[in-house]
Amino acid sequence: MADTTTRAKLRWGLIDVIVVVFALVPVLWIASLSFKTPATLTDGKFWPREWTLDNYRSIFDTDQFVRALVNSIGIALIATLIAVVLGAMAAYAISRLDFPGKRLLVGVSLLIAMFPQVSLVSPLFEIERQLGLFDTWPGLILPYITFALPLAIYTLSAFFKQIPWDLEKAAKMDGATQAQAFRRVIAPLAAPGLFTTAILVFIFCWNDFLFAITLTSTERARTVPVALSFFTGESQFEDPTGAICAAAVVITIPIILFVLFFQRRIVSGLTSGAVKG
Amino acid sequence: MADIVLDKVSKSFPDGTVAVQDVDLEIADGEFVILVGPSGCGKSTTLNMIAGLEDISSGELRIGGQRVNDKAPRDRDIAMVFQSYALYPNMTVRENMAFPLRLAKLDKATIDQKVDEAAKVLELTSLLDRKPANLSGGQRQRVAMGRAIVRQPKAFLMDEPLSNLDAKLRVQMRTVVSRLQKKLGTTTVYVTHDQTEAMTLGDRVVIMRGGAIQQVGPPQELYDHPRNLFVAGFIGSPSMNFLHAAVEDGKLRTALGDVPIGDRIRRELEGADAPRELILGIRPEHFEDAELIDDEARARGMEFTAPADIVESMGSDKYVYFTVEGQRASAAELEELAADAGADFSGGGGNLVTRLSAESPVQEGEDRRVWFNLEKIHLFDPSNGRNLTLHEGRSAGTLGD
Ligand SMILES: Nc1ncnc2c1ncn2[C@@H]1O[C@H](COP(=O)(O)OP(=O)(O)OP(=O)(O)O)[C@@H](O)[C@H]1O
Ligand SMILES: [Mg+2]
Repeated sequence: MADTTTRAKLRWGLIDVIVVVFALVPVLWIASLSFKTPATLTDGKFWPREWTLDNYRSIFDTDQFVRALVNSIGIALIATLIAVVLGAMAAYAISRLDFPGKRLLVGVSLLIAMFPQVSLVSPLFEIERQLGLFDTWPGLILPYITFALPLAIYTLSAFFKQIPWDLEKAAKMDGATQAQAFRRVIAPLAAPGLFTTAILVFIFCWNDFLFAITLTSTERARTVPVALSFFTGESQFEDPTGAICAAAVVITIPIILFVLFFQRRIVSGLTSGAVKG
Repeated sequence: MADIVLDKVSKSFPDGTVAVQDVDLEIADGEFVILVGPSGCGKSTTLNMIAGLEDISSGELRIGGQRVNDKAPRDRDIAMVFQSYALYPNMTVRENMAFPLRLAKLDKATIDQKVDEAAKVLELTSLLDRKPANLSGGQRQRVAMGRAIVRQPKAFLMDEPLSNLDAKLRVQMRTVVSRLQKKLGTTTVYVTHDQTEAMTLGDRVVIMRGGAIQQVGPPQELYDHPRNLFVAGFIGSPSMNFLHAAVEDGKLRTALGDVPIGDRIRRELEGADAPRELILGIRPEHFEDAELIDDEARARGMEFTAPADIVESMGSDKYVYFTVEGQRASAAELEELAADAGADFSGGGGNLVTRLSAESPVQEGEDRRVWFNLEKIHLFDPSNGRNLTLHEGRSAGTLGD
């Protein structure tokens, strides 16, 4: 018995390690490249022979990258906030109320999620130019919200469905007002769902390249993934690989911070024990 | 502490479902009332209306003499125990129990004292710092009870509070609930599905069917003097046997032989619109092995012979299942009861369940002579389910006059 469990544990451990290595090696490779000097860049060694921070210095020397970083953070945060708030309201209605057109709403949001974004790029480009939204923050925030909303509604309604609504009734019986019941009982249980959704939506906005490259033209609204693709070396003859790698490492940091910050709030199984046995 | 009065209370949902219809019920201060009935008969809806979780469509609800139709649950000062327990998973046991008190803005010392007191009564003291997730089903149930009793409300409402527990724990918790209610003397309305809970717990039992009250009374009275077919079939386990009975020549022709009828019943059956077919009901314990009957008892009853299919010896007595020939008893109520119990209720042409003395030498497969008590027979009108043997609320068998 004990023997099989140890063996099973070993087997699972091995599989886990393989998956993690498979996922992390490219990331580590990029990190390694970002610390290499131009001369050793192509030496094929995993561990840099000569460490340098020049690549990092160079990206922060130009205004280009910093501006893009500010754009990315601002746009992604605003889009996330709006999408999560709207999504929470929609998901609350979907999971708790019976209203005419509920299935239609769910169907339409699913449709939006499945719609190929590429086919929307040129119409959006035309529309935004007409409306003066082209190359502005709202010009990106709006499509991001559109495509993040179905995602938000889906994850949030899955979370909301898990909350036993008897708890709200119980709180009311215990003497709580509607607001107190929401704040002291429902909100703490809904929080992990909100945070999870926020992370997913933020990552979606942060990573987008397609809309960012078609709907921006200058530093006014250009986000980091696009800015990266415009990277050139200091001179025409310099290889930008090191700088691109450094920038790639830098832009993963906000995501990691964002996830770490919220992850502590995502205590899984928070609702267990509320009902039955 | 308060009495609860439902005055022609009805509930119809927006989709047109009428869940509760003209319910009149007076629950005295300190009384323990049980609501029973098959699934979907409106028990929970009634309870939720008393709680204030569900609006009342028409009629009036008074608690302690005051009309509370439009009061929010928090202003009614009643506590509820949910079937799902509905404990707050993010709070410890102590916090769960303190929650109503904190909302009532009591000071910390009083809260602690009340919680400790309630915890002691329910033997939860050692669990106060645990989260609900780390409790067993029975413990969670007790926490839910604790949360209800801490603030000494005017009344307790309980919606199938024990139905998620396993059989043994349920029996245990039943006595806990019973003792607690006696000790606190708080008006309690208790919804259940369970026969035994209904019979043992309450001062009075309310039997509901399709949103309407069928009969209200002390458990023994419902058992002995059911007002109609539905109540008769619902109360009792194993349930009453029902047989088809045809009225012929001043007698009832049944699968158990010709049953004589007394003057009063005869008069009832003489009317022009009187039913020609009846349903005869006998409880299992009103049968006895004919060998064990003394002459005095023999005179009060009748005998028949039938093959014994199954003999289940319970130690104290024997359940014997006989097959009898004859037409099936049929009525809407019986079908409904059968659907709810998932069992076969139709007596005639089927099984007869009897409870005989343990001394009976009955063997499976043999033909056995069985006696039954005519004084305990009920006769029902199949068209409306009315108990014809009931006279001034008492039932006196077929011979009564
Ligand atoms: N929100 C609702 N909308 C429409 N009909 C409803 C609603 N809630 C309950 N009903 C209907 O009202 C009737 C009574 O329901 P209720 O929950 O009171 O039954 P119950 O006696 O508690 O049954 P159970 O023993 O299964 O809990 C049922 O027919 C049910 O389908
Ligand atoms: Mg119910």
